[in-house]
Amino acid sequence: MFFTYLRRELRRRRKAALVVASGLALGIALVIVVTSVSSGMSRAQGKVLESLYGLGTDMTVTKAVEPPEEGQTTRRPRFEFDAGEGEEAQQSRDLVMVQGFQSLDASTVDDVAGQDGVADAVGGLGIRVMKVDGEFRRGQVENPGQGGPGGGGGGAVRGGGAAFDVDSYTAYGTDVARQDLGPLTTSKITSGRTFTEGETDAAVAVLDSAWAAGKDLAVGGTLTVSGTEFEVIGIATADSGDAAADVYLPLARAQALAGAEAKVTTVYVKATDSQRIEGVKEAVLKNIPGTTVTTSADLAATVSGSLSTASDLASGVGTWLSYLVLGAAFLVAGLLTSSAVSRRVREFGTLKALGWRSGRVTRQVAGEALVNGLVGGALGIALGLAGAWLITALSPTLTAELGGGGAAGGAARGGMRFGGQGGGGGSPQTLDIALTAPVSLATIGLAVALAVAGGLVAGGFGGWRASRLRPADALRRVE
Amino acid sequence: MYQLTGVTKRYRRGKDAVTALDSVDLTIEDGGRLVIQGPTGGGKSTLLQMLGGLDRPTEGSVVLDGTDLAALPEARLTRVRAEKIGFVFQGFNLIPTLTAQENVETALVPLRLGARERRERAGEALASVGLGDRSGHVPGELSGGQQQRVAVARALVKRPAVLLADEPTGNLDESMRDEVMEVLEALWQEHAFTFVMVTHDSALARRAPRVATIGDGRVTVREQVA
Repeated sequence: MFFTYLRRELRRRRKAALVVASGLALGIALVIVVTSVSSGMSRAQGKVLESLYGLGTDMTVTKAVEPPEEGQTTRRPRFEFDAGEGEEAQQSRDLVMVQGFQSLDASTVDDVAGQDGVADAVGGLGIRVMKVDGEFRRGQVENPGQGGPGGGGGGAVRGGGAAFDVDSYTAYGTDVARQDLGPLTTSKITSGRTFTEGETDAAVAVLDSAWAAGKDLAVGGTLTVSGTEFEVIGIATADSGDAAADVYLPLARAQALAGAEAKVTTVYVKATDSQRIEGVKEAVLKNIPGTTVTTSADLAATVSGSLSTASDLASGVGTWLSYLVLGAAFLVAGLLTSSAVSRRVREFGTLKALGWRSGRVTRQVAGEALVNGLVGGALGIALGLAGAWLITALSPTLTAELGGGGAAGGAARGGMRFGGQGGGGGSPQTLDIALTAPVSLATIGLAVALAVAGGLVAGGFGGWRASRLRPADALRRVE
Repeated sequence: MYQLTGVTKRYRRGKDAVTALDSVDLTIEDGGRLVIQGPTGGGKSTLLQMLGGLDRPTEGSVVLDGTDLAALPEARLTRVRAEKIGFVFQGFNLIPTLTAQENVETALVPLRLGARERRERAGEALASVGLGDRSGHVPGELSGGQQQRVAVARALVKRPAVLLADEPTGNLDESMRDEVMEVLEALWQEHAFTFVMVTHDSALARRAPRVATIGDGRVTVREQVA
């Protein structure tokens, strides 16, 4: 009888049922779309951060920036060439310096690894190689003996000068025994191989594919840095955006090149639990003075551009809008159900007169509302899935700008590219990310829960009214 | 047997108190038939609702077979209605979406009978009012007289001790009125339930052995020869 009665009533009031279901459907569809878009945003941001940090890295530890002491000037690269008399030879020089001129003792890696909540910590050294290649040309004395007044009869010196090419690229000293964490995880080896654990001091290098292409280098080729020849063993391609470095070397080799033995610029840290990241950050800052800790959340805060705007919109306006619509749908569903009960007072009064208990009448009303809610939920899920599918199919491109401007951006950028300091002030890195709207089972579960909740809210309104009806009042009102 | 003692019912209508029933004393024997008459707003329906346990008196007691309905908690009162009292209303009060068969079955739902027994008894009840062949029709497909006969079947399907009818023919034309009354009287004679009917129709009142006239909340009963 319960289901027969319910089915017939829903059929009789299908217009009202459709209004209630449509309202709920709209709200639920919005929640699904906004949730899935937010999820897509998070995934996009995750990709962006992954391209900076590497897979699995929760934070980086770098040396805190120390302002130059009084009387000191900012450190900068300095080249010294011999311009000996009579020489006109080609001159070439590689200047290898620690990225940002700031480094930590390698023992910091163990100190960080010893902190509570740290699952793994790996150190690396970011270096910059500046190659200056060219020659000095001596000036020529023209028209000897026709010097100007007071000239000593030597003639004028014309021509001469210097012509140098300056090339700069980044290299990263990798802990070859611990390659599961750190910048190299942002790239995939597309040719050759990566380092083996035994190559701690080997003269081997892995090159970024884009950089290698520009230098016409391939696996088996040779890269010369400061007179040391490195065999190219692999070519790596960044998963997205720019690679973390142009050249990857074994850590010990990078340290030797930069004259930074037992030094690292960045410690890449993985926490035991994502919930503990902030706690680990605090612990590192407290226990290891003079360090800067940049978490993925800090880095995420530096992401700007349309990705950031869309993400803010999705998490702000979108969420509020969807819950506002859902709340309004709940309210309308409740009021419509309540109003339907008002129109059915004689019916419910009669049933009570026949001996139906209030609970049974309430269940009947709540059952109808619940089915309405479930129909709305099903419609909403279908609508939401269609919306999410459409967004994924269209894949609008969002642009993420990273580390552009500001101290935070500079610190984050320093942390992300090499972990060194002083990266600030660089032009922002731009990444194009295709937006997707993945719908998870949890989102579907949320939608079903909302549908049931909507039905129960509506049923609650109506059931409450129905349960309060006294049969005599109900019958008297219509006689 | 009904025993009403000092039954008073007062309503509040705005700031005013309206006395619908004023110290009513009334006895109705088991299997008896009583017609209640009186002017509109005189308290007829209120008295019927007291008898049916649909409302409670402000003062006094309504005792049915030794149980004071006025003092029963709501759940037990609901059970008394479900088991002992059948109602027929002026407006039929059928559920428009349910068939005649299903409407009759609604009276058996509180008795927790199995679906098959419900179906069988509802079918028998419809046959007893001459509508065995219309069981699959919804109220909108039936005439007024047929609808009221479905309502009678619904009231009697649970084999109640009491049938309370509030203007059962008030919405029917003369031929349908007679049709319904013939059914009611035949069933009363067959099942010997206590039959209390409110009506404005003097022709119908004359057919009852006892008539209670209610005015200004007070009841006077007269016996008459059928």
